[in-house]
Amino acid sequence: MASNGKNNGKAKANGQWVGKRFKRKEDPRLVRGISHYTDDIKLPRLVHCVFVRSPHAHARIASINTEAARSQPGVLTVITSADIEGLGMIPCAMQMPDLKIPAHPALAKGRVRYVGEPVAVVVAEDAYTARDAAEMVAVDYEPLPVVLDIEKALQKESALIYQDFGTNKAFTHAMKSGDIEAAYKKADRVVKVRLINQRVAPTAMEPRSVVAEYLPGENRLTIWASTQIPHLLRTQVAIMVGLPEPAVRVIAPEVGGGFGSKLNVYAEDGVVPWLSMKLARPVKWTETRRESLMVTIHGRDTINYLELALKKDGTILGLRAKVLADMGAYHQLLTPLIPQLTALMLPGCYKIPAFDCEIVGVFTNKMSTDAYRGAGRPEAAYDIERIMDCAARELNLDAAKFRSKNFPQPREFPFTTAAGLLYDSANYQQSLKRALQLAGYDKLRARQKAGWKQGKYYGVGVSTYVEICAIGPSAATPAGGWESATVRIEPTGKVTVLTGASPHGQGQETTFAQLVADQLGINPDDITIIHGDTLAVPYGIGTFGSRGTAVGGTAVYYAVEKLKIKIAALAAHLLGAKPADIVIAHGRVGVKGNAKKSMPWGEIILAAYTARSIPAGFEPGMEATHFFEPSNFTFPFGTHICAVEVDPETGEIKIEKYVAVDDCGNVINPMLVDGQVQGGIAQGLSQALYEEMVYNEDGQPITGSLMDYAVPKAAHIPEFILDRTVTPTPVNPMGVKGVGEAGTIASTPCMVNAVCDALSPLGITNIDMPLKPERVWRAIAAAQAAVPPPAATTAKSARTARRTA
Amino acid sequence: MKKNVRIVINGAEHRAEVEPRLLLVHFLREVAGLTGTHIGCETSLCGACTVLLDGMAVKSCTVLAVQADGRSITTIEGLAASENLHPIQEAFWEEHGLQCGYCTPGMILCAHDLLQQNASPSEQEIRDGIGGNLCRCTGYQHIVNAVKAASRKMNQRQRAAARAAD
Repeated sequence: MASNGKNNGKAKANGQWVGKRFKRKEDPRLVRGISHYTDDIKLPRLVHCVFVRSPHAHARIASINTEAARSQPGVLTVITSADIEGLGMIPCAMQMPDLKIPAHPALAKGRVRYVGEPVAVVVAEDAYTARDAAEMVAVDYEPLPVVLDIEKALQKESALIYQDFGTNKAFTHAMKSGDIEAAYKKADRVVKVRLINQRVAPTAMEPRSVVAEYLPGENRLTIWASTQIPHLLRTQVAIMVGLPEPAVRVIAPEVGGGFGSKLNVYAEDGVVPWLSMKLARPVKWTETRRESLMVTIHGRDTINYLELALKKDGTILGLRAKVLADMGAYHQLLTPLIPQLTALMLPGCYKIPAFDCEIVGVFTNKMSTDAYRGAGRPEAAYDIERIMDCAARELNLDAAKFRSKNFPQPREFPFTTAAGLLYDSANYQQSLKRALQLAGYDKLRARQKAGWKQGKYYGVGVSTYVEICAIGPSAATPAGGWESATVRIEPTGKVTVLTGASPHGQGQETTFAQLVADQLGINPDDITIIHGDTLAVPYGIGTFGSRGTAVGGTAVYYAVEKLKIKIAALAAHLLGAKPADIVIAHGRVGVKGNAKKSMPWGEIILAAYTARSIPAGFEPGMEATHFFEPSNFTFPFGTHICAVEVDPETGEIKIEKYVAVDDCGNVINPMLVDGQVQGGIAQGLSQALYEEMVYNEDGQPITGSLMDYAVPKAAHIPEFILDRTVTPTPVNPMGVKGVGEAGTIASTPCMVNAVCDALSPLGITNIDMPLKPERVWRAIAAAQAAVPPPAATTAKSARTARRTA
Repeated sequence: MKKNVRIVINGAEHRAEVEPRLLLVHFLREVAGLTGTHIGCETSLCGACTVLLDGMAVKSCTVLAVQADGRSITTIEGLAASENLHPIQEAFWEEHGLQCGYCTPGMILCAHDLLQQNASPSEQEIRDGIGGNLCRCTGYQHIVNAVKAASRKMNQRQRAAARAAD
């Protein structure tokens, strides 16, 4: 058993370095605090800017008076929408037949549509002066009716956010397979549930930050940004500010977490470079935490109507779903994509003969939603795993056995799902079995039954999840789904790897070095991974959608394979052998079956540069680039089981055990995989239990600080029991699937299933997240008021019932 | 209006004339040029800016530079001597106690304060002890493991030092 990240289960060690617990190359600089995040960048003549933001969720801007701010000593300029006519719109990368894409200026023009929307920018010699002057910008607003609730927003009488559209509906999209009507006719039971997946804030610990320096003489714009996508940002900013793309360089230095929130192009990303071009001075903007919670994208925020048609033996016949998704007031880069991913993954890991899904995107007067760790897939897993539990209960079936009954068998892979995806490889039965063993499932169930008789509310949550990763084939992604790598073996024999998969905490500098070390038979310490600088690295896509290793790593793998062919050709020439007989290992290049014929690594590489004796047609140097286009997504899966006790008197939830058995295919570094899983589970549990971005009836975000927005502390998160099964993917040669989002996807329904399971004797089938004690207590009280307590009532629960009646 | 301050940071004296409202974290980052101390919330809730003030962990976003006048600060850059890592830094590295690294300097200095007060904390005491510092990446387990490992290392070294002194 793997627990506590110490013993790393059955990770396949298929090399000297791959598969090993190897300490991160990134860490010495990070634990010493001597590396640089964007806000740490200092430049001569640097000026600072502060954004003036709308205090209203919806209002007409009658006037803006910047005079007082402008006249402050130390203030360089104050800019409003009238001053940035030439600056392009904030981009949305999605294209769909009926998608409405509103114009999205970087500074509000005439109207504001959410609290925090930027209205003006103040630039000053120092940040304190800029903040003071921002307070002096006087904006006259005429408030307009506010649209917040996505169901009310679709009603005829609702106020409109965009008059021109004549509706608050951003798009509708349908997905169907099989005969849903026939499924309903055949069904013994149709189980229904309405689930709310609340709005949450990604809350990377490093707030966003942008530094831009434009040098007019060279016509060169350099942007340092806390981003997951340096190349895409470069393209978009070049378009926005009107510079040729080669004139723009984006550097993502250390990036302090992203979770999808830095997979975007924000207003500030355009305005700060534009200011630097106008002022011919370097400009810095760094988000405050208040701004981060208010105007960095949010995640989730959907209402889900689900129906599952079943035979009474538990065979699923059909799934019908309607998903209403809150877009916020504007589309950010991928806003409308997220619910599409929900629809695609709704069938989960089950055989579903008929599927009928409608998704509707809705505009509201709130900040945009977009990709947050899992991005649409946590919502899908939550939907299917919650209704699977509801169905098990209605049919009086065991939650684990019912799931297992509807799994495809391992021999059925590759498996085409009801949503039309081709799942690559899996063994769901094995994963479930392992998790049940680790959790002591039968004992937990026995204790639960005994507990109910004593008025104790024990619950067991099961979640068998599958996710879509390694995003992805370009045909199925808005901006290219491939990744690039250049590998250069320098004349000294040291290796430089340039990757487009710019990380923000995932540890690619380590895992890619392990991978290349095994391929070339050298030490990871002799390999340097360079990322996050568009001037150094060939065009790349970035790190998101659990694609870093499975797509970015595969590009590195193939680039190295190209170099191995080149090394073999040169070595064959120099050693008088056939290229097919050349062996590259242990720091030498030799000939198979002839121990005497070999050269040290450094010598053969240097020979490629000195090029005094090279075979005909051999290109000098030792560099190869590969752009890897994946043939499919990958589909990691697993089983999470959670045991809880709910206190009926207080609504408090005690997590007694949390077991996670994940399968991400082959593993390069088990320690880093454990880290990803643990962090992911924590975020998913936190959505289930603590986090919620709350807007009041005026559209004011009232969870606007870390005092109000509940990012969990160490004592809020339990210890996890981790294990893995290993089902390699055939989609890439390393057999790796991706693991960045698994924990977040599996844990949220697992936790809520456990609590609803505990409270099932009270007839409670659903409580919407977050499961704060107050909310749980209210659900218990309402259930007890509606139904007399069960016969085996103890004095304690009777007391509770009296008090709440 | 401006005040003269003299603050010793990692053993080196820094003198400057500052606005009374200047936060200590801005003094460290902007005046002393030590950017290892990070800002995550400016409201003392996340702990990214934790430094040692006369040996005690404080959140430097809610201390004024003028309050630190005449006092001694240790930042992450000054925790270890020269090229070596402090045992807590070593333990965070070995136990994978960090991912993006943004909370790490504050977390390490908070752990330093905790281990000064309690050389062998239990799992729960560690979780409570680092309660003022948020991490969004790790789910905390590897941080807790790192603090435990640091505690073992520091106790061992102390015992070895005591034996050497005997």
